[in-house]
Amino acid sequence: MQDSDSIGIVSARRVHFDTPLSLKSGAVLDNYELIYETYGELNPERSNAILVCHALSGNHHVAGVYADNPRNTGWWNNMIGPGKPIDTRKFFVIGVNNLGGCHGSTGPISINDRTGKRYGPDFPLVTTADWAKTYVRFADQFGIDCFAAIIGGSLGGMSAMQLALDAPERVRHVAVIAASARLTAQNIAFNDVARQAILTDPDFHGGDYYSRGTHPRRGLRLARMLGHITYLSDDSMATKFGRELRNGSLAFNYDVEFQIESYLHYQGDKFADLFDANTYLLMTKALDYFDPAQDYDGNLSAAFARAQADFLVLSFTSDWRFSPERSREIVKALLDNKLNVSYAEIPSTYGHDSFLMQDDYYHQLVRAYMDNISI
Amino acid sequence: MIATWIKPGSSILDLGCGDGTLLHYLGNKLNVRGYGVEISAHNIQACMQKGINVIHNDLESGLSGFEDASFDYVILSQTLQAMKNTENIIQEILRVGKEGIVSFPNFGYWKNRLQVMAGHMPVSSNLPYQWYDTPNIHLCTLHDFEQLCQQHKVNILERQVMNHDNKVTFLPNLFGVLAFYRFGRAPHS
Repeated sequence: MQDSDSIGIVSARRVHFDTPLSLKSGAVLDNYELIYETYGELNPERSNAILVCHALSGNHHVAGVYADNPRNTGWWNNMIGPGKPIDTRKFFVIGVNNLGGCHGSTGPISINDRTGKRYGPDFPLVTTADWAKTYVRFADQFGIDCFAAIIGGSLGGMSAMQLALDAPERVRHVAVIAASARLTAQNIAFNDVARQAILTDPDFHGGDYYSRGTHPRRGLRLARMLGHITYLSDDSMATKFGRELRNGSLAFNYDVEFQIESYLHYQGDKFADLFDANTYLLMTKALDYFDPAQDYDGNLSAAFARAQADFLVLSFTSDWRFSPERSREIVKALLDNKLNVSYAEIPSTYGHDSFLMQDDYYHQLVRAYMDNISI
Repeated sequence: MIATWIKPGSSILDLGCGDGTLLHYLGNKLNVRGYGVEISAHNIQACMQKGINVIHNDLESGLSGFEDASFDYVILSQTLQAMKNTENIIQEILRVGKEGIVSFPNFGYWKNRLQVMAGHMPVSSNLPYQWYDTPNIHLCTLHDFEQLCQQHKVNILERQVMNHDNKVTFLPNLFGVLAFYRFGRAPHS
């Protein structure tokens, strides 16, 4: 039985855009599709819309379940639903799979009209700025002049900030959770190792693996395993797995021995079966490229001068991939521009993944912030 | 009390803002724009519920997230006596604010003195803790605070000493329960 405050059965829809989209890379997409889900009702004033941006491996299935697959629960189902912190009785919540994704929006696995074949490596690199453009066009389709809020964790938080910077008149509130105003060198380094794992997989074929009937499974699996380690904390891994052995004693070979190995392999395998390697590459680049201060001599406060929205910024104490210090840099830029902002550092042991977890304090803060948004 | 010193429409940073009551009041009454600074999860949540801007920050580590002279007033209400880095926070208040407003319980109040004379640490409605569980590690008298201001070239602009709802003008260091100071940087400091 599903929990009483779940949004319940949901289904995805698609929207097609025929106006060419000029991307930051200089490339142009003649047309594209976005897949999305919505929860709750858009009010007659169209003032209660919340856009939820997904992280690296996320998608548009944010809450609820599918009728034909009741076990496929949305990735933020604990946060969104009737009576939940982001209350669908008040808000019209939208989840969109980003352009370049592999869950239904146009991306490397889609058919390129010009060639009649899958884009593969020809799909242009997209950035958060390109996504922000697609969010605005998406809002136009629904007649939403201004989002009540845009919300995201990790890469999703970056996408949310980007919209607040590029289209300040289109969003009133921004919730930036476990994010950063720019990746650190260490963070880019992790992304590079992940990319190298994929790029050097013999099954990658320069990204054109679809036509050869292969998939760089090994590379994608390694990339995910590495990523997964960085999303957890030392403490949470120690608590959950410690040095526990799968079979109770050492086997003196290279098979899976420790429980943590078993867990990582499982996560890697699962991910490699479900995700597209080209999309993974592209998403890590979008992370690396995000740097709104770049055009302002590295001055983030100057970059945020054009923002108008109110902000909620949240970080987690054990998140070392997007540490609280990174969030404080965002807060400083907002304060310097005298924007409304609240910031909290949430005690948590789950590392970067904390933003997806059920935590009373975390959820109470989001609820309190959302309750104060006028619609 | 603090509200009488604040000009309408000014910008305020309330250090140790608690549940945001003061900022909420000042926002409604004087249309001030401001932020609270808190470290307690409970208080941060209470502020957000009131729709008050609140920033999670440990005052003991200073105010590095705030620019010089970025607020009209920086308020430290009944928190000074519980701080470890007392001198640093006074300097930080005057770096970030054009003026500072500080309030604290007067340890020189005669009832406190009497309890010490009787051989005990004072316990009262304004100092409601036992010596072993008090957060108040830096209690002071009016004279002590003013001496510190002098040492740090802090220019006291206004002082108001209260005994509950009454203003105390006669021997305030003896008869005052709570002290309020408004201060700025000393000229040429």
